[in-house]
Amino acid sequence: MSKDDQILEEFTSKEYEHGWSVDFEADEAPLGINEDIIRFISAKKEEPEWLLEWRLKAFKKWTEMEEPRWPNVKYPEIDYQGVKYYSAPKQDKKPKSLDEVDPELLKTFERLGISLTEQKRLTGIAVDAVIDSVSVATTFKETLSELGIIFCSFSEAVQEHPELIKKYLGSVVPATDNYFAALNSAVFSDGSFCYIPTGVRCPMELSTYFRINAANTGQFERTLIVAEEGSYVSYLEGCTAPMRDENQLHAAVVEIYAAKDAEVKYSTVQNWYPGDKEGKGGIYNFVTKRGICAGDNSKISWTQVETGSAVTWKYPSCILKGDNSQGEFYSVAVTNNYQQADTGTKMIHIGKNTKSRIVSKGISAGKSQNSYRGQVQIMKRAENARNFSQCDSLLMGDKCGAHTFPYIDVENNSAQVEHEATTSKIGEDQIFYCQQRGIDEESAVALIVNGFAKEVMSKLPMEFAVEAQKLLALTLEGSVG
Amino acid sequence: MLKIENLHASVEGKQILKGINLEVKAGEVHAIMGPNGSGKSTLASVLAGREEYEVTEGSVTFLNDDLLELAPEERAHAGIFLAFQYPIEIPGVSTTNFLKTAVNQTREARGLKAFDAVSFLKEMKEKMKLVDIDQALLSRALNEGFSGGEKKRNEIFQMAMLEPKLSILDETDSGLDIDALKIVADGVNKLKGPDNASIVVTHYQRLLDYIVPDFVHVLYKGRIVKSGDKTLALELEEKGYDWIKEEVAAL
Repeated sequence: MSKDDQILEEFTSKEYEHGWSVDFEADEAPLGINEDIIRFISAKKEEPEWLLEWRLKAFKKWTEMEEPRWPNVKYPEIDYQGVKYYSAPKQDKKPKSLDEVDPELLKTFERLGISLTEQKRLTGIAVDAVIDSVSVATTFKETLSELGIIFCSFSEAVQEHPELIKKYLGSVVPATDNYFAALNSAVFSDGSFCYIPTGVRCPMELSTYFRINAANTGQFERTLIVAEEGSYVSYLEGCTAPMRDENQLHAAVVEIYAAKDAEVKYSTVQNWYPGDKEGKGGIYNFVTKRGICAGDNSKISWTQVETGSAVTWKYPSCILKGDNSQGEFYSVAVTNNYQQADTGTKMIHIGKNTKSRIVSKGISAGKSQNSYRGQVQIMKRAENARNFSQCDSLLMGDKCGAHTFPYIDVENNSAQVEHEATTSKIGEDQIFYCQQRGIDEESAVALIVNGFAKEVMSKLPMEFAVEAQKLLALTLEGSVG
Repeated sequence: MLKIENLHASVEGKQILKGINLEVKAGEVHAIMGPNGSGKSTLASVLAGREEYEVTEGSVTFLNDDLLELAPEERAHAGIFLAFQYPIEIPGVSTTNFLKTAVNQTREARGLKAFDAVSFLKEMKEKMKLVDIDQALLSRALNEGFSGGEKKRNEIFQMAMLEPKLSILDETDSGLDIDALKIVADGVNKLKGPDNASIVVTHYQRLLDYIVPDFVHVLYKGRIVKSGDKTLALELEEKGYDWIKEEVAAL
């Protein structure tokens, strides 16, 4: 056995840290999907008629659509009738404040390192916590509402701000945009809603924390962020799930709307259960994320650190409609063992002088496959559009794969599009050099990998960056090559 | 401090070291010279614990420990430092960040408290003066895009920070102009003390004008074939290595 193989062996033995589950009494829908299930969900949420109609329309379309086969991932046929589409931890009544939330639920989030107790939060992050299908608590609501900022669960927004939901829901990702977005539109159960009024700079990071707890349950949440003229918000999303032998489905939709001069930063640290080292279990993560820079001079920036999930299919995108608008995509995707990731972005340049920047860092270890898929489209009207893309891949060992699929489509001659790509291997030389200076092997790998991903990590908000660095090291523990 | 006995080592099945004997005491500077391919760099790598090199026979004792039993980082913690002939680039990792990890892991292994950010910076400032290295260089990614001279100076700076007992300088002079050579040698001399020792591996005598050795050994075909004081280096400079080869052949 070569040294590479040995280290690789050692590495893959690392267990997933968030792999426990808690027994709550849950309020669940029966298995399977049909119109009745959708009516059941909509009724549970006491939704207005128009929203039920919207869901049913999406469902009808979904039944006519086919699951996409173009991503560079392989997984067995998903039995959509074997999934539970609604599961909510049972609470006697809807909690009005944190004091009324089931202490068991609060403890669950404490265990994940997320305190929902406002006094304890010194870092100034407002959190919306979602377990399985429903939001269980949102912190700092009052503080934010003084500024006119709305930050609440999606269900609550449907009740309290129906006019906003009706206006923006599906405006960036139409209900029938793609197979998984249509599925989500039909059965989504909760998520977060965030509205920043004109001219307001949100004073704290807003964050949603997703946790899948129940077995056989899919999680289908929606996030909608609306940033009005001249406003600013930074949004964080984190996710974990218990270790289970079967695969669980997660199909989320995130929509961002940025008006004139508005700026939205959206950061994700995705740590869904990746399956065990033989590739058994893990989350199927099929997510549609899209933002529209609707107004001039607006900006949307996606930063993602993807370490979890058995299969990832995700392309956070920007539609640059307003003149001078900017889109950014910074991504670190790590795959180990049998994980597969097909992730990247789309930058659609419509307005004049629009700019986009893509920095993708893929790290593959074990027997994993890691693909970057990106599209840069410069439309006819997009005078002087600029794009810069950089895709770097780092390989550990010789049983994993890194792939790059860049698509460039230019219809305006004044455009400037640059694409750079590199592939490298962590060298034994690098590790030995670190060791000779007294750094143990695992720390050496962490150091080298974090150096590789530095440009992306530096885009994360401080509190997140530290967590993400640790997560990178943890995911790759033992997989040097 | 270091005792090498009958050391044999091979790489990919090829025997390179064929019975090295060497003893280094605290406070001494030993120069190892020899023609290309004689095994000089192999010896340095074996002492530092590079895994591609397999020790097939012999023993190495360092401060009463069996050195060959230790992992590379444990050897570093015990006080072995290897200045690389070709220092490795680590993109995205600044020298400062790299060294902070290295120094603190080493300190912890030696039972000392890890430096906090402030004391680390203070320590760094002191050692920077010693080696005459620029702050800007330390903020850059480790060795990435460094000139030959910058790389070597950075090695000596790392050595200063890690305070080794035994420094092995592997062809530190290669690729250096005379000014850089002086600065590097100057750094090494300043770090010299009664409690530490150095092994200077070099092909040319030039470096030994600045780092004056107590002993000079000539390595040829995997063995030390001649030892002497610094005059041996001068003799080699004058006559080349051929007479040594002839002497060995005559045996």
